[in-house]
Amino acid sequence: MILFFLNICYSPKISAYSVAKKISIIRKYVSQVKIMGVHTKSLFQGDFMQTQVLIIGGGVTGTGLARDLALRGLDCVVVEKQDVNAGASGGNHGLLHSGARYIASDPAAALECQAENRLLKKLAPHCIEQTGGLFVAIAGDDEKYIADFPDLCSKAGIEPQAVDVQDAREMEPGLADNIIAAYAVQDATIDPFKLSLDNMACAQQMGSRLLRYCRVAGMEVQNGRINRVIVQDGLTGKSFSIQAKVVVNASGAWVGQIAALAGIKIEMLYSKGSLLVAQNRVSQRVINRLRPAQDGDIIVPGGTVSILGTTSERVACPDKIYPEVHEVDLIIDEAAAMMPVLASTRYIRAYCGVRPLMGIGSGAAGKDDRSVSRGFTLIDHAKSPHRVENFVTITGGKLTTFRLMAEKTANLVCRRLAITAAGQTRTKLLPNTVDARWTEPGLAPNMWIRKNDPNDILLCECEMVSQSVVEELVNSIKKLNARPGLKDIGLRSRIGKGPCQGTFCSQRLAAYLYDRKHLDNHQGIEELREFLRERWRGQQPLLWDTPLAQAELLEAMHCGLFGLELGANCTNGCNTSNIDQKFTLSRRHGNSK
Amino acid sequence: MATPSNVKKHDVMIIGTGMTGMAAALFAAQQRLDTVQAGITGEINFASGLLDLFGVHPVSRGCVLTDPWRGLAKLIQDEPLHPYAKLEINTIRMAMRRFVDFLAKADYPYSFHPDEKNLNVITPAGTIKPTYGVPHTMQKGAQALALKQSCLLVDFKGLKGYSARQIALALAHRWPNLKTVRLEFPDLSGELYTERMARSLEEPQARKKLAQAVLPHIENASAVGFPSILGVYRTKDVLQDLERLLGVNVFEIPTMLPTVTGLRLREIFEQHLPAMGVQINFQQRVLACDHLPGGHFRLHIGNEKVNCHVLAKAVILASGRFLGKGLRADRNGIHETLFNLPVHQPSQRSGWHHKDLFHQAGHPINRSGVQVDKYFRPANCQGRVLHEHLFAAGSILAHQDWIRQKCGSGLAIATAYAAVKACKNLVD
Repeated sequence: MILFFLNICYSPKISAYSVAKKISIIRKYVSQVKIMGVHTKSLFQGDFMQTQVLIIGGGVTGTGLARDLALRGLDCVVVEKQDVNAGASGGNHGLLHSGARYIASDPAAALECQAENRLLKKLAPHCIEQTGGLFVAIAGDDEKYIADFPDLCSKAGIEPQAVDVQDAREMEPGLADNIIAAYAVQDATIDPFKLSLDNMACAQQMGSRLLRYCRVAGMEVQNGRINRVIVQDGLTGKSFSIQAKVVVNASGAWVGQIAALAGIKIEMLYSKGSLLVAQNRVSQRVINRLRPAQDGDIIVPGGTVSILGTTSERVACPDKIYPEVHEVDLIIDEAAAMMPVLASTRYIRAYCGVRPLMGIGSGAAGKDDRSVSRGFTLIDHAKSPHRVENFVTITGGKLTTFRLMAEKTANLVCRRLAITAAGQTRTKLLPNTVDARWTEPGLAPNMWIRKNDPNDILLCECEMVSQSVVEELVNSIKKLNARPGLKDIGLRSRIGKGPCQGTFCSQRLAAYLYDRKHLDNHQGIEELREFLRERWRGQQPLLWDTPLAQAELLEAMHCGLFGLELGANCTNGCNTSNIDQKFTLSRRHGNSK
Repeated sequence: MATPSNVKKHDVMIIGTGMTGMAAALFAAQQRLDTVQAGITGEINFASGLLDLFGVHPVSRGCVLTDPWRGLAKLIQDEPLHPYAKLEINTIRMAMRRFVDFLAKADYPYSFHPDEKNLNVITPAGTIKPTYGVPHTMQKGAQALALKQSCLLVDFKGLKGYSARQIALALAHRWPNLKTVRLEFPDLSGELYTERMARSLEEPQARKKLAQAVLPHIENASAVGFPSILGVYRTKDVLQDLERLLGVNVFEIPTMLPTVTGLRLREIFEQHLPAMGVQINFQQRVLACDHLPGGHFRLHIGNEKVNCHVLAKAVILASGRFLGKGLRADRNGIHETLFNLPVHQPSQRSGWHHKDLFHQAGHPINRSGVQVDKYFRPANCQGRVLHEHLFAAGSILAHQDWIRQKCGSGLAIATAYAAVKACKNLVD
């Protein structure tokens, strides 16, 4: 058990002595108090660690908060039930909003977006590509909205520049012929993975800790305080508890579930948004549809690809969500209206995230989710009707406003702890850490070509990720937790994100990890399944034409030859048939007679 | 483009050069049909080289079959629309026999279970796969697995996707006596490719060097397993020589696709079919087809541009599925690419795939395809035959899931056999 904790907490910047001091593995005991959310007869029994602030959720808000607090000299632990950015922080288009999208529906959020946009361009330039953006209307779009657009923008402090339609098509040659209006805005793109990994790495360098694959299983609440939070390690199955002076619930769409463990009810609305990745970059700038916010109104460039968004569909639960075929079709049709090439381009991947929208008293039930505020909500549960004095919830908001959300939360945490240190994230540059750099498209190929070492074999040929890059990732993952798996490496690199969708690189990566002794016994079989399942989630609604042929090859190798489907237990209940089994004959036949 | 009237009319045109096309060309030549064939010959490279006859039934329960013949009898009852159900068991048996007899005469014999049951073969993922026949180079591996013999598994620095350690560790609970060693491949460095390695082992000198490197690691192992690299043409010589040099049994383990075991089949067919009178248009496709009076065909052959025309009395369509380009899908549906034949398919795209890649039932799209009558002639949904002189065989056929049922080779060979037989009756 001691070893287990040391593994989790190992960071080269902390001496063994301070680790031992910090994690205070003091005693084993049987608790006598009520533990909510843990349904076992034998009450919790195990080890525990202590920290000043426990942050639940490793998305942009949680990791940003860890850095903010660390800069103020506080000690934090971030617990994340999966991996960094597993929720909405990873399931978005990586847009640094100009704010103009929200001018009509939510002027306050628009104002926040444009202020944070300016700030982040200065403070995290290495995560941002200053693409600029265009709002374009096409024939038939709402002319009143087009006419009102400049005024609404300036009310939110946004100054769009009118662009002549002819000039707009010269700036972006892919735009449709029937554009009737265009405005330039200060949109940019931001890499949310790099952002979170850099924020976390920065906090870790100052002594904070990240526990991945650790799910909050229960909270021990006594006299209006959370005494302990019980956490289950998903890799070992073991439970332990964390004592913190303040607990921050930054779990995004899952804040309702987490708050329920402390006996607090938060009503949430879950709005699923799906996005597509096109194989090529079709525009230099972010292209927005100049109309009231609707499905399929944005095209965001990202490195060598373009990301098409977004849908808004109410879902009952934030888990087990998938991008669906009808969403894919709608997004393609809408985006192709702005840029016709998108009707026939190849798509690599679809993905989705859940927007956490607050349902409390908004009367929003039944209304379009787009009308629910995109601003964020910070709840001080010391003031909740059901009082829990050391508990704070932060949710809602946008990727663009993550820093502001973290700062406001940190201010509240510091007030609670009577700490006067001021926040520094408004002025301090975000350091560019090595750990985060392999998510950048094109970087791995450049480094590989420059290195020109024939023994540094490419494991992923589509995205040109070599053994040495994987080795570097393995080392950085080992700093966080015991075992680097296929999915962890996939998250931190471009592996599996190219046209072959993991057909070849998955087994090559598994073989490599076995050779390097990171995989043992038959772990690799389940790792392969999980890695391919994860890629499949994003491929499945996009399988026609060449990607369908690719998927056939994938199945021929991984099921036909390896037989991975045999003995695969479906872990998330999706094995009950989800599809309509009706067959028909293709209608197009007859010219052969 | 007009075709001169004196151009020779062939008996049959075979479209496709995967397992099905190659088998059909073989059977057609054996039936003394005047045969033409076209297709991109890379397709068969994606064959694993394992002769899967029937390995899993029912798919929804993931039941692995030890006896494929009993399984087939059950399948014919359970799935009357399955292409196998259009065949007598004896026809399937005869087709398989003719196919492997041909390979044996080409100096590349296959091995089978003595009681005609399925064999177990280990894979690079460390799983065990049921299959019916294996190249002779894999025979002693199946035997060693069955007897749990102590074996040494060899892999090579620079050969990615193949780790002896992965195989040994993943199999440890089922086959405990596996040791591993990683070696440098003689005279090759940097990244290794199985085809290059296999070609180099055709040379006695390379085998000697390899054996010298392996020998110190054998210890008490009674067999040595290599990735599938033991030659391309003279596999018997390579295997015998290595066994002599090492003093123990030697066997091959399949590698990731594309495989040397697929390449060997390609080389054998490309070498023997022309000698048997088949006119193969290498690296060319049938781009279009005209229907002539009397049910005959004029086929336009080439790559991007038409290079030549072929007249044929009958056509066997063995163009495969999406990877082979026999079928093509767009957002609205699935089409057959050459004759625009009706394709049996799920009514909506949302019904093509399950959300779990490994869903036990298999993806419905894999059971889509061309429906045929009992003579393997494409038919519409009422069962009406669309062309008297057109036949279809192999994975393009509807109502089968060769990947999940582990029946790819058997389906290719048996339906090719049946289609050729029907074609022969027609032409005669």
